[in-house]
Amino acid sequence: MAKPLLLVDGLHTGYGSTEILRGVDFHVKPSEIVTVLGANGAGKSTMSRAISGVTRPWAGTIRFKDDAIERAQPAEIVARGLIQVPEGRRIFPNMTVRENLDLGAYRRGRSRRNVNRNRVFSIFPRLSERQSQRAGTLSGGEQQMLAIGRGLMAEPELLILDEPSLGLSPLLVEELFVLIKNINAQGIAVLLIEQNVVQSLEVAQRAYILDNGRFVLEGPAAQIANDPDLKRTYLGM
Amino acid sequence: MLSPVILVPALLNGLMTGAIYALIALGLTLIYGVLHIINFAHGTLLTAAMFAAFFAYALVGLDPYLAVLIIAPLFFLIGYGLQRFIIGPTAHGEDRNYLLVTLGLAIIIENLLLYVFRADTRTINLPYAFDVIEIGTAFLAVPRVIAFVAVLVVASVLWIFMQWTDTGKAIRAVAKEKLGAELAGIDVAHIHAVTFGLGTACVAIAACLLIPTYYVNPTAGDAFVLIAFTIVVLGGMGSILGALVGGLFVGVVESFSSMFLGQSLGQIGIFVMFIVMLLVRPSGLFGEQA
Ligand SMILES: Nc1ncnc2c1ncn2[C@@H]1O[C@H](COP(=O)(O)OP(=O)(O)OP(=O)(O)O)[C@@H](O)[C@H]1O
Ligand SMILES: [Mg+2]
Repeated sequence: MAKPLLLVDGLHTGYGSTEILRGVDFHVKPSEIVTVLGANGAGKSTMSRAISGVTRPWAGTIRFKDDAIERAQPAEIVARGLIQVPEGRRIFPNMTVRENLDLGAYRRGRSRRNVNRNRVFSIFPRLSERQSQRAGTLSGGEQQMLAIGRGLMAEPELLILDEPSLGLSPLLVEELFVLIKNINAQGIAVLLIEQNVVQSLEVAQRAYILDNGRFVLEGPAAQIANDPDLKRTYLGM
Repeated sequence: MLSPVILVPALLNGLMTGAIYALIALGLTLIYGVLHIINFAHGTLLTAAMFAAFFAYALVGLDPYLAVLIIAPLFFLIGYGLQRFIIGPTAHGEDRNYLLVTLGLAIIIENLLLYVFRADTRTINLPYAFDVIEIGTAFLAVPRVIAFVAVLVVASVLWIFMQWTDTGKAIRAVAKEKLGAELAGIDVAHIHAVTFGLGTACVAIAACLLIPTYYVNPTAGDAFVLIAFTIVVLGGMGSILGALVGGLFVGVVESFSSMFLGQSLGQIGIFVMFIVMLLVRPSGLFGEQA
């Protein structure tokens, strides 16, 4: 078994005195797509924020490429190549598409900014056409492309995508999942946080089901996709 | 009474006073726009910088226009340090704490100044302080013309910095989308401190421009900051252009109202206009509509 790229062990965190994650263990191997599924409020975004250093873990360890990062600042975690495209896009609305992309390389990949920007434009030709448009005026789908593009500018080794399909039309969701496969085919490991169960289980190799701050099911994606119990119990299907 | 002979000098003098107001407001609005806090220590930092400029001249004879080259970077560092090591760590991102911490700092600094320098009012006498430049019918004091030009230069440099440099863009990114900025690898604590430093450097420059024609005592900065607050609201909270235009505008309003109402009532005009403005356009001249 390949050594894990990301190894999370016994992660607890929450807000104020409310515990949200109650001991989460999982890993992502190099060039793998792993999906974390769970209902609204399960704690998926809390988990991704904890991994990125934005929300402090209360207990547990997070190792990325064998280094402990559970106490590192977000900027330092970015510098190591762990990049998150957050839920809700979080692009810079007052700046142009191009400025948004360039800020993606603020901490990492700065010297290859032009090359990477052109690569992002070849993936998303629409962004190329709209380089000097203010990001806040883009359509929802375009904003999601920009958020992913900004993440790619930092040359991720592990890319966390937190509900990238949120608010996209079915057609765009199809395209998005193809894109995720393509990104992964370039050797980038992907941690895909989703509610879009069927498609996520199709692209991922392995899956974890988060419920109420704990993983209640994990295994190869194909196996989980056929688990009738899972769908009924945890995803309300 | 309303002949150009009187109006033009009043207009020009108003613009010159307004330029200093604008610079002080610029620092305040920058900090507000990025950290979303009202810096209650702004006025005492202005006073402290005026003392620095005063002593640079009184003790070592350093001309304020040269001293600014040392005092502005020094106050940048002071501002950076205050935010990075005192205000940021104590406020924990809570608005209420920011208010109390900056207010507390203001009280500490003001009392330190009072303790060390007493309540005495001090002035410096530059050899050219009373030189004038004649423009048409207007006689303009040289230090005020220098201040006006300097403020335009500082505002332009700041604008270019914010628009075109990576750090400037990072500041704008943090202002609008903190989480997005953090996840792009921008060190938010550092950017907050840089912003606070820039805002403090603005008042330091204003202090050096003021001291040739003004006095300093431990509360000298307060009057300016009250006006600067109104300019920040008037121009639109967080807007650099708004601070500049608003500052110049307020200077002109003050100048005309002192002409019509008399010197001592001049500032009434500012606050009347301010109230009217709040009624008509609460988000300010260049503010984003809520
Ligand atoms: N900043 C916060 N302060 C307090 N509680 C929070 C905060 N952020 C999230 N929570 C709470 O933590 C719980 C988990 O939220 P989280 O955003 O991690 O869920 P999620 O699985 O990502 O849900 P969704 O699919 O709706 O995005 C929720 O009950 C939420 O109300
Ligand atoms: Mg979420």
